[in-house]
Amino acid sequence: MDILQVKDVSFDYPDKAIIKNLSFSVRKGDFLCIVGTNGTGKSTLLKLILNLLKPDKGRILIDGENSRHFKSFNKISYVSQKATDFNSDFPATVEEVVSAGLYPSFGFLKFPKIRERKKKVFRALKTVGMHKSYKKLIGKLSGGQQQRVFIAKALINNPQIIFLDEPTVGIDVKAVDSICCLLGELNKKFGITIIMVTHDISSIIYHSNKVLQLRDDGSARLVDSEDFSQETIFTHVHHKNCKYSERT
Amino acid sequence: MDTLIDIFSQGYMQRAFAVALLISIITPLIGNVIVLKRLSSIGDALSHSSLAGVAIGLCFGFNPIISAIIFSVIAAVIIEYIRGAFPNYSEMATAIVLSFGVGMAAIFSGFTGSASNFDNFLFGSIIATSTFDLYTVLFLSVIVILVMGVLFRELFYITFDEEGAKLSGIYVKRINLAFTVVTAVVVSIAAKTVGALVISSLMIIPVACAMTVSKSYKSNVAFSVFFAMLFTVLGLIISSLYDLKPGGTIVLTGIVILILLLLIRKRR
Repeated sequence: MDILQVKDVSFDYPDKAIIKNLSFSVRKGDFLCIVGTNGTGKSTLLKLILNLLKPDKGRILIDGENSRHFKSFNKISYVSQKATDFNSDFPATVEEVVSAGLYPSFGFLKFPKIRERKKKVFRALKTVGMHKSYKKLIGKLSGGQQQRVFIAKALINNPQIIFLDEPTVGIDVKAVDSICCLLGELNKKFGITIIMVTHDISSIIYHSNKVLQLRDDGSARLVDSEDFSQETIFTHVHHKNCKYSERT
Repeated sequence: MDTLIDIFSQGYMQRAFAVALLISIITPLIGNVIVLKRLSSIGDALSHSSLAGVAIGLCFGFNPIISAIIFSVIAAVIIEYIRGAFPNYSEMATAIVLSFGVGMAAIFSGFTGSASNFDNFLFGSIIATSTFDLYTVLFLSVIVILVMGVLFRELFYITFDEEGAKLSGIYVKRINLAFTVVTAVVVSIAAKTVGALVISSLMIIPVACAMTVSKSYKSNVAFSVFFAMLFTVLGLIISSLYDLKPGGTIVLTGIVILILLLLIRKRR
């Protein structure tokens, strides 16, 4: 069953056509990586899907619902690129940040019971291995730990899809590996569909099953991760043909 | 001590004290959101716009507080519009509106007739607080506290993840606009009492002090209100004893306490 359908979508910035007549679909339980060089519109595509930008043309359906009028906010979650941007003085605890994720389940002027809220926050934090940091200030955590907290916030409503925009930017290699494993686990063990924009395809490709490659000319292709992986290795082998110029 | 009792037994001083305390509750409530959204200069932009409103009001014979509120609400809407047009350069919006406010205030202040009326809004005239002023501040304080209480979760979410908040079903644009309008109203009311030039300090300094001791967002809000009340009480006492301008004394008391807190934190 298709949980996301992108149908003939185009989007231009004033000086450049970013996405041209893009169509693809994602099935429930897929792990899709969106890749491409800088400026090919990876984050733009994610914003179009999430209705943070409006496409010039085409339609996007999330679980059958048009993204322009999408209201089932507890079905989806989003982890932004800036999630690890907290400085050490930001006065909010891990519990407060993760609790904010409950908003779609309750809404304006509706509040969860304190016990229920604490239980849900603890459970989400335990899933990402951050339950011991419950009372800590978010800014005191490392970039990788902050990202785990944001994944916990994304998990708190048991969403069907999690969208991530470059979640491994600015964090150390060990933390990147552990976040990739965590995302793989969420996809395989809990069946959550994951759609992730990434620069660092080599770290995550093992866990994903599909890759959407965006090209400079606005076109794109959807391939199986296994095929993409082999092509990438092939590309790397071509580096042996690089010629080094002599520098003085 | 007797001098203090004498001073605070006067009706005008009790009104001044009540108004200052109400302002010290509402300004840090707004200040918390402003600081965490990294928009600290918005208070300055709106207070300078309110000065332009005061000057226009005095010039054309309107109630200067009403014209200050109208002018700073317009300024607030312009700030939100420019922020929307340049989302990655939101500080630019406050700088543009601040310059506009200063320019307008400078031009119209030349036609206000009595300079002392306009000066009252620059540095405040808390001692000249009337009973009407007291009830106006009380009424608006209740509204501000209610709005900030109702939007507490939404504003907190927006401070750290505006896109995430939008994707959670929060009407981010409307809430940002409502918040900026509330800020404009608070700035205009407080300009009459503590002074337009110091009001933004009352929004920011208590929050900065709270950030040195708080362990959560909720405690940061509570501590910032506590510090603002502390500065206000100490500032009013010191200004009464030494015949100083109350607005300036309150702000300088806050700065001294902030420096002490930063030194203590550094030694830990």
